[in-house]
Amino acid sequence: MKIVGEAIVFGDDINTDVIIPSKYLTTLDPKELAKHAMEGMDPSFADKAKEGIILVAGKNFGCGSSREQAPIALKYAGVRCVLAEFFARIFYRNAINIGLPVLETPGISKAVNDGDFLTVNLEKGEILNETKGEVMKAVRLPEFILEILKDGGLINHLKKKIGGK
Amino acid sequence: MNLAEKILARASGRDEVKPGEIVQSRVDTAMANEITGPLAIKAFREIGIPKVWDNERIVLIQDHQVPADTVKSAELHKIMRRFAEEQSIKFFYDIGRGGVCHQVMVEEGHVLPGDLIVGADSHTCTYGALGAFGTGIGSTEMAAVFATGEIWLRVPSSIKVNFCGSLRKHVAAKDLILYVISLIGVSGATYKAVEFTGSTISKLSIGERMTLCNMAVEMGAKAGLVNPDEKTLRYVEKLAGRPFEPLKSDQDADYEKTLKIDVSRIEPMIACPHAVDNVKPVKSVEDVKIDQAFIGSCTNGRIEDLRAAAEILGRGRISKGVRMIITPASRKIYLQALREGLIETFIEAGALVTNPTCGACFGGHMGLLAPGEVCISSSNRNFIGRMGSPEAEIYLASPITVAASALAGRIVDPIEYLED
Repeated sequence: MKIVGEAIVFGDDINTDVIIPSKYLTTLDPKELAKHAMEGMDPSFADKAKEGIILVAGKNFGCGSSREQAPIALKYAGVRCVLAEFFARIFYRNAINIGLPVLETPGISKAVNDGDFLTVNLEKGEILNETKGEVMKAVRLPEFILEILKDGGLINHLKKKIGGK
Repeated sequence: MNLAEKILARASGRDEVKPGEIVQSRVDTAMANEITGPLAIKAFREIGIPKVWDNERIVLIQDHQVPADTVKSAELHKIMRRFAEEQSIKFFYDIGRGGVCHQVMVEEGHVLPGDLIVGADSHTCTYGALGAFGTGIGSTEMAAVFATGEIWLRVPSSIKVNFCGSLRKHVAAKDLILYVISLIGVSGATYKAVEFTGSTISKLSIGERMTLCNMAVEMGAKAGLVNPDEKTLRYVEKLAGRPFEPLKSDQDADYEKTLKIDVSRIEPMIACPHAVDNVKPVKSVEDVKIDQAFIGSCTNGRIEDLRAAAEILGRGRISKGVRMIITPASRKIYLQALREGLIETFIEAGALVTNPTCGACFGGHMGLLAPGEVCISSSNRNFIGRMGSPEAEIYLASPITVAASALAGRIVDPIEYLED
């Protein structure tokens, strides 16, 4: 799976309350959630992301509340992939389960600037920064997680497994 | 093996597990609330399995936006109610019947020593107080658990926190955990388990142990755990409606690192805006006027917290210009506080007592802050915008410090304020 897009860069410890504030959690509509993605950090984020972007962040991305509405809001706002130094564990699992690729990439937050054009090779765990002509290595995803992502998330993956029996 | 490893070994039918291994585990109980549950129910329906794996091992609790403040919240409650009925979910706590999910899980006997419990809420780590491995998951993953009763987990390495000594007067379990978070940091235990041990632990009540384990996630931890002892077994004895297997860490168990803390040296602590590890001694925070004081949440809304608050609030009246919200964590706690006269003390002091709910802590349907306002809270998160406006400031402290500050109208060290 290859993913391309311009980077939008955030810092460390971005929590799920700022990714999607509590007051919006009464809706189940992903498009409605997407309108408020990252509102706590940058109210214009949804507008910037709508053409499709790659979100780059520092340490501990997605810490705090277990709300799956956080990766859903990002995905539907146009985030194609999240690259971070490392993730908070619940967010990490949630993102994979809803089919939003996430890669732990040591050093990424210092090496990428807003607007850099990135190509991500999920299988190889490789990120090409086309703007800077640099290649970065991510921690490769285990095979079974790649399978879930290729199926578009855990539900499709389970449906396939159950249907295949 | 340590306690986390032993529970995961048992749950995955293995003799032994090691940190880093991925194990397929059987879940003893799964819990969801009305913020995470409806998404899980939607995903469960998409899987296409007609019945949940076990209708007696799923607990559904309405707590975040109760009673419904908007039609949308009411719709979420309705989705939960319908699902509980359709799937014959045995343990469904509707509005007025339960309270804050983690408190209800423990006091109703859904958490037993040795259990593996997953909850669609990050503070599921609270259950470690009873020697259970509780961990938070998301909604889609919960749907898969509803369908199969299983989950894959990576076995975490463990950090041991060894407490010795006795707590000083006006110093609480909350001060201990804030101190630990200041040492480990908000991501220092990411993917790891934190085991609380040492001579101080045996003196702490189950409620105080819950306060410690509850905030393990604020260091990024997968679980917070306390080895079960006599006190634990006495607590669960009357509540347990099913068999369970208490497990304990071996003497020679491995830990990634060990912290040793003499608690007699810890003073009242406070987490300043906007990070839970921005922790300082309360006495170093001077001249911070407060607009709101909140006591409640799965961290500190228990009977011992309310007793401590009432003892202080009974000495005077809440300062002019401060509004105080007190939210008992469950219906049972509310009733007990009522019988003990605590509620009367709160109301006479000028506090507002609300129904059990995540409410003000969650920043959902009540108790919100305006731009520029300052709140001192007994809850667990001081993130930007957590309790309302992104321009408000939240300080986290023990119920003792919150109550003393409510009387003073500004943040005060309870030792200095009450003993002067």
